[in-house]
Amino acid sequence: MASELIRIRAMVWKDLTAERRTKANFNAVAFLAGAILLLFGFALGPDAAALEAAAGGMIWLTVLFSGVLSFNRSYEKELEGGALEALLLYPGDRRSIYLGKLIANFAFVLLVEAILLPAAAVLYDLPLHTMVLPLAGVLLLGTFGFVTLGTFYAAMASRLRAREVLLPLLLFPMLIPLLVACVEATQAIIDQDAMGFAGSWMKLLVVFDVVFFVAAYFAFDYVIEA
Amino acid sequence: MLAYLEDDLERARRSRAALPAGMPGSGTAALAHSPSSRQQPRMSNASLAIDLDGVARRFARRWVLRGVTLRVQPGEVVGLTGNNGSGKTTLLRIVSTLLRPTRGGGSVFGHDLVNDAAAVRPYIGYLGHAAGLYDDLTAFENLRFSVRMAGLDVGAGVLDEALERVRLDEFRNERTRGFSAGMRRRLGVARLLVRPPRLLLLDEPYASFDVDGITLVNELASSVAEAGGATLIATHDVARGRGVLTRMVRIVEGRLVQRTLDEEEAYLAGRPPAPPLEAEA
Repeated sequence: MASELIRIRAMVWKDLTAERRTKANFNAVAFLAGAILLLFGFALGPDAAALEAAAGGMIWLTVLFSGVLSFNRSYEKELEGGALEALLLYPGDRRSIYLGKLIANFAFVLLVEAILLPAAAVLYDLPLHTMVLPLAGVLLLGTFGFVTLGTFYAAMASRLRAREVLLPLLLFPMLIPLLVACVEATQAIIDQDAMGFAGSWMKLLVVFDVVFFVAAYFAFDYVIEA
Repeated sequence: MLAYLEDDLERARRSRAALPAGMPGSGTAALAHSPSSRQQPRMSNASLAIDLDGVARRFARRWVLRGVTLRVQPGEVVGLTGNNGSGKTTLLRIVSTLLRPTRGGGSVFGHDLVNDAAAVRPYIGYLGHAAGLYDDLTAFENLRFSVRMAGLDVGAGVLDEALERVRLDEFRNERTRGFSAGMRRRLGVARLLVRPPRLLLLDEPYASFDVDGITLVNELASSVAEAGGATLIATHDVARGRGVLTRMVRIVEGRLVQRTLDEEEAYLAGRPPAPPLEAEA
């Protein structure tokens, strides 16, 4: 168990250190997220009520599109210079590779969201300061489920030539229930949640997170082997 | 040279004739359409470093290996040669558990390559064509990462000592992005020095190395064998391994043919085979 913790910590440290030094992934993802938010804003026009009514969906679609880019990049680094083969040859449980990547991707997507949310608040005129805590809860739960599946499917697509196309094709259909729960919970919070709907959706998010995590964790060994 | 080639082909044909019907290359199997059989349970021999039995591997419709049988004892340093595309790397990758054989099977120190791959991996040290480094980490960080991924947490002194042995100590804090091919491979050797394996698999280890690097590789191969392990070296450069290699095998038409070091060197140099002793007498 101690050796697995060492391996997980090493994976997290390696991914975050490489990203901190190059910022290649972060710059690309942050730029894409900003562009998507802006374009949605333009598409809906200057109607403040329409923007607020669609804000939950737009925030989560932006997270999804920009997140997929980062998952692909996360495994690309392993393919460069044959690092993935070296990873597969280390003794020990290969699921520690998954857990390490999951934690690193989770931290990365949360960082992108920390920049994306204030930008969305400005663009869509959202009173962010009144909803920070409940929104943070939805973001944490939704992002965890999203990253859990994204890291898993990115591993599956990593050794395919058309991985940039295949990852969204594989991932997005699986994310639909999670996306619906995230959007509904976020929109309920933005709409002041007088009926307390957000709590129900968040409970559903917890269930999705647990199911996705358990399934991905136990299937990872087979996926990476293939 | 032609005499050697004909001799090899004849040996390969004889081994093909001995294959059971239905095996790839046995003459009774249509190679391009052979259905892959299920892996059969096999008896493993824990006293052997490598025990391969009829290993065959297909990529799409092409059979690269057609029934490789190889036994390597602890203490041996075996050279593996063959023409480009003959399957040397494929064989090393199968032994390392990175690839599964399409047919046949084998074991490493008694652990089955397919059904017990997780138990095989702690024995393996593999230096392939690519060193598997991360360009944005320094030499020291790459080394420390590899040790930690092996589940170990050794002190910086041990890692510095390994960097010094491969003469990368002055590049300790430089990112490997700017490293030459030789420096990358030296760092790969440093990883093997920090965590010496029982079965060392080297794929073209002499490529990109200077004289010091070649000595380093040979010392590593010898030390593993002397410690009760074994080394399998895939190389075109047999002369570099002289003094270390205990025997040679060559892949011909997807099968192994035993060769002496002298035979292999003569073959690669294009010299005619030495006359048999009877003729000399």
